[in-house]
Amino acid sequence: MHNKTIAELAQGLRSKEFSSEELTRHYLERIERLDSNYNSFITITPEQAIAQAQAADQRLASGNQPILCGVPIAHKDIFCTDGIRTSCGSKMLDNFTPPYNATIVENYAAAGAVTLGKLNMDEFAMGSSNETSYYGPVKNPWDTNCVPGGSSGGSAAAVAAHLAPAATASDTGGSIRQPASLCGLTGLKPTYGRVSRWGMIAFASSLDQAGPLTRTAEDSAIMLGTMASFDSKDSTCLDQTVPDYTATLGDSLQGLRIGVPKEYFSEGLNPETASRVQDAIKEFERQGATVKEISLPHTHLAVPAYYVIAPAECSANLSRFDGVRYGYRCENPADLADLYKRSRSEAFGEEVQRRILVGAYALSAGYYDAYYRKAQQVRRLIKQDFVDAFNDIDVVMGPTATSPAFEFGAKSNDPVAMYLEDIYTIATNLAGLPGLSIPCGLVDNKPVGLQLIGNYFSEAKLLNAAHQYQLVTDYHQQSAPAID
Amino acid sequence: MEWETVIGLEVHVQLATKTKIFSGSSTAFGAEPNTQACAIDLAMPGTLPVVNAEAYRLAVMFGLGIDAEIAKRSFFERKNYFYPDVPKGYQTTQLDSPIVGPGHVDITLDDGSTKSIRIHHAHLEEDAGKSVHEGFYDMSGIDLNRAGTPLIEIVSEPDISNSEEAVAFAKKLHGIVTSLGISDGDMSQGSMRFDVNISVRKPGDELGTRTETKNLNSFKFMEDCIALEVERQIDLIENGGKIKQETRLYNGDTGVARSMRSKEEANDYRYFPCPDLLPVEIDDEYIEAVRSTMPELPSARKARFISELGLSDYDAETLSSDAVQASFFEQAAATASDAKLAANWVMGEVSAHLNSDEISISEAPITGELLGGLIVRIKDNTISNKIAKDVFEAMWAGEGDADSVIEAKGLKQVSDTGALEAIVDEVLAASEAMVEEYINTEESKRKKKLGGFMGPIMKASKGQANPRAVNEILLKKLNERL
Repeated sequence: MHNKTIAELAQGLRSKEFSSEELTRHYLERIERLDSNYNSFITITPEQAIAQAQAADQRLASGNQPILCGVPIAHKDIFCTDGIRTSCGSKMLDNFTPPYNATIVENYAAAGAVTLGKLNMDEFAMGSSNETSYYGPVKNPWDTNCVPGGSSGGSAAAVAAHLAPAATASDTGGSIRQPASLCGLTGLKPTYGRVSRWGMIAFASSLDQAGPLTRTAEDSAIMLGTMASFDSKDSTCLDQTVPDYTATLGDSLQGLRIGVPKEYFSEGLNPETASRVQDAIKEFERQGATVKEISLPHTHLAVPAYYVIAPAECSANLSRFDGVRYGYRCENPADLADLYKRSRSEAFGEEVQRRILVGAYALSAGYYDAYYRKAQQVRRLIKQDFVDAFNDIDVVMGPTATSPAFEFGAKSNDPVAMYLEDIYTIATNLAGLPGLSIPCGLVDNKPVGLQLIGNYFSEAKLLNAAHQYQLVTDYHQQSAPAID
Repeated sequence: MEWETVIGLEVHVQLATKTKIFSGSSTAFGAEPNTQACAIDLAMPGTLPVVNAEAYRLAVMFGLGIDAEIAKRSFFERKNYFYPDVPKGYQTTQLDSPIVGPGHVDITLDDGSTKSIRIHHAHLEEDAGKSVHEGFYDMSGIDLNRAGTPLIEIVSEPDISNSEEAVAFAKKLHGIVTSLGISDGDMSQGSMRFDVNISVRKPGDELGTRTETKNLNSFKFMEDCIALEVERQIDLIENGGKIKQETRLYNGDTGVARSMRSKEEANDYRYFPCPDLLPVEIDDEYIEAVRSTMPELPSARKARFISELGLSDYDAETLSSDAVQASFFEQAAATASDAKLAANWVMGEVSAHLNSDEISISEAPITGELLGGLIVRIKDNTISNKIAKDVFEAMWAGEGDADSVIEAKGLKQVSDTGALEAIVDEVLAASEAMVEEYINTEESKRKKKLGGFMGPIMKASKGQANPRAVNEILLKKLNERL
């Protein structure tokens, strides 16, 4: 059962090949037995999962139900779950149980999906290797000496290890796509505003976007269809009809115009990764797409601009964690200043503290113009690069990450090297565009990903292209070696 | 004049929305602590703000009320600072793009002339919660009911020259916001609070260093605080000292002011545009729609009181300055069919009683309609002016409307000639000496002597005798004796 895609599971549930309860118990058993190898779950919710599965079975018995009804999934621990601890990978929220659901959690529950538990992640989604989690690093199922990527490392590892058929994740600078690349998965970051941010604990509000991690583009289309909704509780959520993303998966790629930015094949890129990516692009050409080189001239400014804007926003977003109302509070505070300083110093990890300090600095009097305002100007230029490019192409293609998964500790003491992990993904967040990573081969027996970037609200087009590629390739069907 | 005072005001006005500026929690005052604070107000993780369109509409209406430019595009920013009653660790406010641009408020000075006080801008923001320091051993309590209540902060130019002008300006603003119905203006509940920026200089000199005294919540406190601070600054400079730029606190109850923090200790608020909220864009159509629903402004009301009700400029100005008072007066005038008498009563007895009870007109125990009912009974001679004051006292004490008080206390004026004649005869019989004196007085001076009889007659009638009727009878009876 655990080798099936969501599309296949939905079929099996309807043909009574297995019940949701059987399926759920099977996944719970796998998690119980195998997750100690990966550390992908922070919280497992078996009782709730079985209750949801039984309810789903009843629904399925009564006839027509949403496609995800009875399908087990797991949520990144950044999404608030009513009555279930939501830690965001931090000691700060180790004791925090929200009294509300994130909108996407609500959407999946309404569709009848079963929640297996909450997935590990870099603390407050700050990291590209899942090494910053308070709950310990997540291991890459392809090679447990290697990182799964981050920040949605738990989501990626769980799906790659077949501990869940799909997982929710979030992407502020590449946190869905880079782990997808490193774990051989299909990871979609939708257009900013496509998916509600309500109940998703904010890292950088203008960049954060939830999306699914799945094994196939078809599953991604199914997951996005339920995840996306207009939500009046999120002012930045856009009121756009949610199409049936599965309906257009079969469209021909004849005439698809692909742009390959020369800046995405720069010196930092592993040559073998580059070669897999170029092979993949050739496959699209074989299917009738046209390919041309393009330029996104401000690409080199994306990482510096991002590392001003994201920390600036996080410095304010994380101010609410002050030890006053919920979350961690230090022992015996001497006074108010001591309460603030020790609660925050004791409960935030090093990377989180680094970004808060960087952000506060970038916003401070005398530096605002040089950093924050300048970064916003750069952001507009980066967006303009894409707007110009999309005048005569449909999809941008290039690598997702610079190399396959790296070993633990390889970059954790070098923040800049770690930040460069997201060099190809960050611009998409700054521009608010949708981006998709799909597996396109192995390097050193570890997966690498092809990134597809589309115009605003072109998720259907990206998923269509990815699905057509997956119809003629089998990289997405390759599983991590240890999976039984 | 040796010293010149320069004053600018920042006025926080709570907007009369039912719910908070970024959440659906109630804004009602006086609930149990933290019962009107939802997950958004508590800044729980993952929660997001959504702008309350009504707060926006009221702010636009205020802008129209002071003849200001309305920003077609405005956005919110985060003002970062840590304090327990600021749950997000930042206040959502406006800095670079306030909704209300430059405008003006015109005040009437004591000499009757008009002075225009320029408004620099007014912006929308959220209120903080409250820290409660009493009743928690060695700790503080936090009440977040007020957190997220919509405010407009109105920032004046430093056009104010003394405490009288400051109070006139504050009262005028109060009249505008209450007339427009955008705030209840209740200062005792913190619905309107003043921060006063004060500096002094010699005429012609550059602006002096200013201090800011925060959170004054009555006209009186503001007036006293300004007087005190101006004196302090002048004393300090004349004794060779220098004014320090600082934030000060004034305790209205003790009349003592102290420094709260100096400029050096001031926060760097690290403002930046709030990424959770999109810029708000409005067009002329929206602005005109708001304009078309605007209630009457104090200036328009004043003009109407003069032209339609025939009030004097002074009375019209006084009565129109406060919206609740103006409505109270209008009700009284309509019920009594007598604007002048109603004006006298509102500005006289009503105002005096409000002052002595230290309450606002909205808390008055009687309505304008009830007052009008009392005036009707004066006009139809049921009671005298003097008795009317006693009836008013009883009404104020909650003993019912004018008719039931008159009935219950038997205060009906005696105009019955027979009864009055008997009283007059009785008094004249007991005052033979005064009658003789009257008879012996020259005709032209006799009128003055009448007063001597009135006292005993009114006394004998327990004050209920109709003075005019008594006068007639008295004159008739005395003249019979001539």
